[in-house]
Amino acid sequence: MAHKSIETKYYEERASFFKDLTVMGALSRRGFLKVAGASAGIAAAKGLIVPQSFQLIEIAHAETAAPAFTVAYISDTHLYTRNVNDRFVRSAVKAVEDVNALDPQPDFVLFGGDLAQLGRREELDLGAQILKDLKAPVKMMVGEHDWFLDMGEHWRELFGPPQYSFDHKGIHFVTLMSVNEKDFWTARGMTPEERMQTVAGLDNGVQSRFEVGPEGRQWLEKDLAAVDKKTPVVIFSHSPLYKYYRNWNFWTDDADEVQAILSKFDTVSVIHGHTHQLLLNRIGNINFYGLLSTAWPWPYAPEGLPKLTVQMNRADPFNAFDGCGNGQLDVLASGMIDKVYNLWNRNPVTVRASYLTSNGAKDRPPATTLPSY
Amino acid sequence: MHLSRHFALAAALVASSAFAGQDSQQHALPASPEGNLVVGLCDGETSIEVKGVKPGDQLTREQGQQIADSLMREWRQKHPDAKWVVAAAGADVTGQVPQARAAGNGQFQTYGAYTERDQQIWKESTDRLVAEGKRIFHDAKALGGTNAISCDMCHPDGSNTHPETYPKFQTQLGRVALLRDMINWCIENPVRGKPFPDDDPRLKALEAYILAQRKGVALDYGKH
Repeated sequence: MAHKSIETKYYEERASFFKDLTVMGALSRRGFLKVAGASAGIAAAKGLIVPQSFQLIEIAHAETAAPAFTVAYISDTHLYTRNVNDRFVRSAVKAVEDVNALDPQPDFVLFGGDLAQLGRREELDLGAQILKDLKAPVKMMVGEHDWFLDMGEHWRELFGPPQYSFDHKGIHFVTLMSVNEKDFWTARGMTPEERMQTVAGLDNGVQSRFEVGPEGRQWLEKDLAAVDKKTPVVIFSHSPLYKYYRNWNFWTDDADEVQAILSKFDTVSVIHGHTHQLLLNRIGNINFYGLLSTAWPWPYAPEGLPKLTVQMNRADPFNAFDGCGNGQLDVLASGMIDKVYNLWNRNPVTVRASYLTSNGAKDRPPATTLPSY
Repeated sequence: MHLSRHFALAAALVASSAFAGQDSQQHALPASPEGNLVVGLCDGETSIEVKGVKPGDQLTREQGQQIADSLMREWRQKHPDAKWVVAAAGADVTGQVPQARAAGNGQFQTYGAYTERDQQIWKESTDRLVAEGKRIFHDAKALGGTNAISCDMCHPDGSNTHPETYPKFQTQLGRVALLRDMINWCIENPVRGKPFPDDDPRLKALEAYILAQRKGVALDYGKH
């Protein structure tokens, strides 16, 4: 008999389990309960103490009030052109298919930045073309990989100004341009390509740190001046808007100033890209949620990880999609956000707003079983 | 005869570096009026001026051999009845290596007789290999990849490569793997390149960089 690896057995078991289902999101609540019950039954029948990793425990206790509305997200696709790298293109398309399969459809889709890998026209054009297939409207955010070849020229042509705000169902949304960097290239005589390549390297110490910058902060203050302090505010930012790990630019240099502006509001959530991992934080009354990438996951930084972060299991390098994914923001009537991390090939992980507002006392997400080395 | 010539050359070179420094009490080399290179023998007495060669000039192997031969010739003229091997073995070795870990009260052997300068050279050589590994780690082309993916894209600063856990049973491969097996696996799969042969200098450099990033982490082979 042929030897089967643990992984092969896992996928065989999983495939037979979900054989009638194509997309988890397509499950009705009734259908879901049926599957969840069946999975628990199988686990019990097998005498397993720990439930199967694909058992739908996360959604199973979804008893809180239905969200007022839902926003889906796709982030950090890092597209090369198709002839250079088709894997990242496939991942981006997969994410679009995931979001299009959601029923009901989200009110809109946030794209979290880093559409391109090296800021090239062809990469951005390809990304724009892939995102056009989304059924729901798209809100674009810019990332450093989109910007530092031509300083955002082509991105702005395609998607407009990188910093804007809008109101939706009683929530004030702000999209920030938070990947500005002080000029490190002129003095070094760098070409635009060299500048882009430098910014593209996470562990490249040459580049400056990210910042919203004085102009951006001024714009933000002005924008928020007209908003009532009781209005829930949701900020979209590519960089985390706090200081996590400087060496990898998991960092916003003027985070303290930005937080000071935001802290005047009763209910504030920051949704950020860039870090490619399940990442949670709460500073003052601000909840921070990191987005997953569709291209590759990043390891947790060696220091500075926020205490409230429950690490996602480390990624399986043998599975090109593992640790990647997309997800959604369930915006509650309070304006708070329950965030769903739709990790491909894994159970989705839901992080409730109450977990962050209770400083970790309530609704803790499932524990890490494969921590980082 | 051939062997002893080689020995003489080595001895002459040691002398040359030993007496080039500030510590020249044992053997003060006479200055050359024309500023030519002066090379001393490690007997602490004999020296010759090399015509037409200034200190710091590159010497060919032939020139070096000529210098060594001249020094030995002179030494043999001074000591017609002595055997060089015996004389060299009896030389005060500690005196020949300035700044070396002094004999003091402890044990001494030539193997441990290195200077701070030696250590600096060794460190620089090692760091050069690590730096080369870092370059390849960050360069999709140098890796021979075909999809513009480099190691650092998933492993900034070599993170999450955990070299200290190898060898270990790699469940996905169904066998025990070394760090280099995983490097080559990554080159073949996510990077879509050709694996490096075991003696490939690029593979050695990558190993050097990855290990250097985990300095101080306890070895824990087999860890999952």
